[in-house]
Amino acid sequence: MKRGVVAFIVALGVILVIATVVSQFASSEPDGLEFVAEQQGFADAADDSLEVPLADYGGGEGRSLAVAGLVGVVVTLGLGFGVFWLVRAGKHDPGEPAGT
Amino acid sequence: MHIPDGFINPAVSAVAAVTAAGGFGVAVRRARIYLTERLVPLAALVAAFVFAGQMVNFPVLPGMSGHLLGAVLAAVLVGPAAGYLVLTIVVVVQALVFADGGLSALGLNIINMGLVGAVGGYVVYRVLMRTTGGSAARVPLVAGIAAFLSVPMAAAAFALEFAIGGTAKSLSVGAILLAMLTTHTLIGIGEGVITALVVGAVMRARPDLVYGSPTFAGRRSEELVT
Repeated sequence: MKRGVVAFIVALGVILVIATVVSQFASSEPDGLEFVAEQQGFADAADDSLEVPLADYGGGEGRSLAVAGLVGVVVTLGLGFGVFWLVRAGKHDPGEPAGT
Repeated sequence: MHIPDGFINPAVSAVAAVTAAGGFGVAVRRARIYLTERLVPLAALVAAFVFAGQMVNFPVLPGMSGHLLGAVLAAVLVGPAAGYLVLTIVVVVQALVFADGGLSALGLNIINMGLVGAVGGYVVYRVLMRTTGGSAARVPLVAGIAAFLSVPMAAAAFALEFAIGGTAKSLSVGAILLAMLTTHTLIGIGEGVITALVVGAVMRARPDLVYGSPTFAGRRSEELVT
């Protein structure tokens, strides 16, 4: 396999481990904005009524969190490929002038 | 860091959404100048990494955690224009699939993380690179410092939005700004360390692909800071 393909697979493997395994050890404490919102008294203004497929990362622990991480990485990677493929400058290697 | 629905009123949220959409158009035109076919997989991987990194909250204070923003990380690796697009993609997926950040707050979150974090953070990075000599060996450290600063910058942007369109009235905007800055300066330390390590790893493997490095092999879009 070409070196770039190997590097891509290794990087994707690391990303999947972060999203499915390392994420299991994430702190469940409020993040900075949530913390400030509670401290300053505007946390109640949050409206969480929006219904989405994997709200709160599938409950935030165990297998459902791993599935949420896997789905999120695949969707983000796919959307990224789609957007950047449409945006791309053309079939030029770095170093060559890009198409206009 | 992700603003939920309800914190900021609909008028300010709508202005932010229009601004973020306009920013998307500008970023696409800028990225088209330099984002070659070879850089497409890297940009997509950076988006996936930022998504994964944002899932992992690390403890910061008793009762408070923080997570990667990844904006300077993305901007240094794939340029500020593609960096803005990376953060836009991540924030959209988080809101639509995971309800992490509100739907009405999409524009606000894109402005705070993509515009202030990635584009603003990249300006800081460029200024720091220029004032420190700009050698390739300094790229990871300078990226880490800019990343550290980008977190309180994005936090201050929220405080400004809250001052203009916050739904909870009679609260002290000064106190909220101070609280946002102090907490996110602490979170920024983790941001700086992670960014320096990841940028350092990519610099060792493929310095020719790192947009913000003097070793970058492609052409850049018009520089934000010359």
